[in-house]
Amino acid sequence: MSRETILERVRTALGRNAGQAPAAPPEARIRIPETGVEERIGQFRRALEALAGKFHVAASKQEARALVAGLLEGRTAVASNSPYLAECGIMGLEGVRSGFTGEAELREACSTAGAGITSADYGLADTGTLVMLSSAREARMISLLPPMHVALIPREIILTGLDELFTILPNPAELTSSMVLITGPSRTADIEQILVRGVHGPGEIHVIVV
Amino acid sequence: MVKRVTLFVTCLVDQLFPRIGLSMADVLEGLGYELDFPEAQTCCGQPAFNGGHWEEARQVARHFLDVFRDSECVVCPSGSCASMVTHHFEELFAGDPGRLAEVRALKPRVWEFSQFLLDVAGVEDVGARLDRVVTFHDSCHGLRELRIKDGPRRLLAKVRGLELREMDIPEECCGFGGTFSVKFPEVSGGMARTKIDSILRTGASVVVGLDSSCLMQIEGALRRGGSEVRAMHLAEVLGSR
Amino acid sequence: MTAPDKILTTLANPPLQKAVYTATGRLMDHRRVVVTPEVLPDFQELRTAANAIKRHTLENLDYYLEQLEANVTRRGGKVVWCKDGAEVAGFLTRLAKEKNARLVVKSKSMTTEEIDLNDKLEQAGIETVETDLGEFIIQLLRQKPYHIVAPALHLTRFEVADVFTQRLGVERETVIEKQAMIARRVLREKFLAADIGISGANFLVAGDGAVVLCTNEGNARLTTTAPRIHVAVAGIEKLVPRAADLAVFLKLLGRSATGQPLTVYTSFLSGPRREGEIDGPQEFYLVLLDKGRTQVLANPEKRQTLFCIRCGSCLNHCPVYRKIGGHNYPWVYSGPLGAVISPLYQGMMHDPWLPFASSLCGACADVCPVKIELPKLLLEHRDEIVRTKAAQGRGRLEKLGFRLWAWLMRHPKLYELAGTAGSVIASGDGVWMTRLPGLMNAGPGKAWTSQRDMPALAARSFRQLWRERRSRS
Repeated sequence: MSRETILERVRTALGRNAGQAPAAPPEARIRIPETGVEERIGQFRRALEALAGKFHVAASKQEARALVAGLLEGRTAVASNSPYLAECGIMGLEGVRSGFTGEAELREACSTAGAGITSADYGLADTGTLVMLSSAREARMISLLPPMHVALIPREIILTGLDELFTILPNPAELTSSMVLITGPSRTADIEQILVRGVHGPGEIHVIVV
Repeated sequence: MVKRVTLFVTCLVDQLFPRIGLSMADVLEGLGYELDFPEAQTCCGQPAFNGGHWEEARQVARHFLDVFRDSECVVCPSGSCASMVTHHFEELFAGDPGRLAEVRALKPRVWEFSQFLLDVAGVEDVGARLDRVVTFHDSCHGLRELRIKDGPRRLLAKVRGLELREMDIPEECCGFGGTFSVKFPEVSGGMARTKIDSILRTGASVVVGLDSSCLMQIEGALRRGGSEVRAMHLAEVLGSR
Repeated sequence: MTAPDKILTTLANPPLQKAVYTATGRLMDHRRVVVTPEVLPDFQELRTAANAIKRHTLENLDYYLEQLEANVTRRGGKVVWCKDGAEVAGFLTRLAKEKNARLVVKSKSMTTEEIDLNDKLEQAGIETVETDLGEFIIQLLRQKPYHIVAPALHLTRFEVADVFTQRLGVERETVIEKQAMIARRVLREKFLAADIGISGANFLVAGDGAVVLCTNEGNARLTTTAPRIHVAVAGIEKLVPRAADLAVFLKLLGRSATGQPLTVYTSFLSGPRREGEIDGPQEFYLVLLDKGRTQVLANPEKRQTLFCIRCGSCLNHCPVYRKIGGHNYPWVYSGPLGAVISPLYQGMMHDPWLPFASSLCGACADVCPVKIELPKLLLEHRDEIVRTKAAQGRGRLEKLGFRLWAWLMRHPKLYELAGTAGSVIASGDGVWMTRLPGLMNAGPGKAWTSQRDMPALAARSFRQLWRERRSRS
């Protein structure tokens, strides 16, 4: 069996025995800066806008709802099942469909929708990143298929960066089959190094911090 | 306090560019150093080492060790030769504990010329004068193995009448690379032409470097391209009055 | 031992030269900006940490492979161990048959390029579509990738327009943004219709049984979300122990490759969809590939080549790559990476010229995020090739030349004599070399003067002048 052959080759190459404990790994290198919420929001904004992502602040959930309505501008949208979106009253907006539990219907809706609306699990301030864990509340395709992605997040979930994320989530696999870090709109520079946005994923991304 | 300096001029300087060695000697004597030049010196072995002929490189390297073993301080007008001794001799003699110990003992006493001036002699101004617009080429071994970058520029800044203009690609390889230059001449030539295009864009009349192998490649390409720009070794610039 | 003539064709193509030099220059510039001490103060520390993590992982690889497998299995996935490309193709064709799969979408994977996977699948009647824009284009052209991160670096928009018209039947379009939208439209259909999505893996996290993908377009996300089956193909060297180790590697990969602090999408995928998740694959397979890696692992000096995270930075900084481009390297990996690992996987004497096609400038080692000692490895290859040739009775003339040279260098008086003789033959100008008789006008002399002028041999050597100087004072 190839499995045994390969493992045997590895052990022979290293002079190790089956079942032998590993040497102690280098300590995980984690450095979390001390940054206040306001500063983190500012960093997040600068990083996101540098990538042509759009950043909005809402003073309240009602304001967030109004912002989303303004962004949609008559587009149809699919909203995730996130309780936070429900709290913000997004599901009731004109043109917004949500409550999908079946893959086929969700796929159909996302393929034709003009926008996908989600919340997120965390934000990363230093890179303007959204961290999204796939679940019954947040399907993968909503932030992927439509050409515009709108994310509403409460300000408290913005972390300083990767180091803090992996401190809070040392084993993402325990929670989800898919954790995605989204940093700005989809892009490519594959032809003549010319930057094009929205090749496969959304070309427009809006983050509303409440 | 170093008073006596042993010159390792390198085979290229010895046979092709002796004025570089003489300029270096002038500058060092001007700073009050006594100089000696062991006549038994020839080469550091780098051409053979780079060519994969390590046995031959070892033979030449052993000779080098024998010649310079007792020198208090060896100064060399070449980043690549100095780093051959200080960085690569250990690889060559990894399997020879006796010679390895010799290398390790000699290593701290071998200096590339500009580093010697700044770090041992502690001088930046050697009283030089050169009324020219020059640009500086960062030779690869000096830059990446000996970490030489600011040093020569500080020395050039003190040369009266000299204006230094940086080319846009000072750190890009000139394309010499030892036997590479004759094994892959078209690629080497292409790299040289990219380099001289950058040099010519500065409007400088002189390109300065601290490795005569690079200067030979660069000047060869400049002449072939019909340019009047000269290549000068740092030692020649510092020895100018 | 000369390089293929193909190199001369590339050098004689000014537009291509310009494209390669400019594109790589841009990538270097983007990188430089995001690794300065002001922007990333612990850049050098991160490189050291990355090197240490990879070294540890590879020195205990059997343990981490088993841990990876246990975690993948725990999460509902299946690990498939493959000794070589044939086993990978065999597994995939059997899987496709079993699942009635006819259409495969792929996100970019150099590992699958290594094993010519697309060709093998096509031969088995399975339509295989590359979805990364650059890979999509070169697949249409039936070419190898030009650069490990930017596969279509060498092409112009006009060449893209040509192939889109020829192979996709669309109206000719030369505006790049519109070309991208054509690809988006064509590929979207494929994503949503595909039965299997094949990805590579930038990293494999042993502690989670996870595949990490770092991409920009969204095609990898679609490849690993839309089809009901996801297969990730990865070399066994891709492992890191913990998710937390990504805090080091993710800071290095994007910056080194394209100057991005993070790529647009970083996916951390562990198995098929969980209970309650609405979308995502229903089946997940992780194919672990050996194909020579265990052999490299067994050599403690060469083992460091397995640390590579495929950022492409060494390519961008290599003055030789920037002149000859990716298609002049014999294998799928080009640049300094290719020059170092091709001999290890294909055999040292397969392309013996390759390790010599470098000026040893060291720019690659300076930028390698995991601190692989690339120039040192090239030198070691050269030593091995020279010894192998000697044992085979080849390269006699060159060996003789160096033997003679070394002998002269050990005999200072004879060395001086040779120098004097040389300066008598050579006159004051630089053209003397071409006047040498026959054999001496060939080889190195001719090679040198084909590109540049020769310096004159000095009339008197330094040692002669020194003696005079000493006797005067």
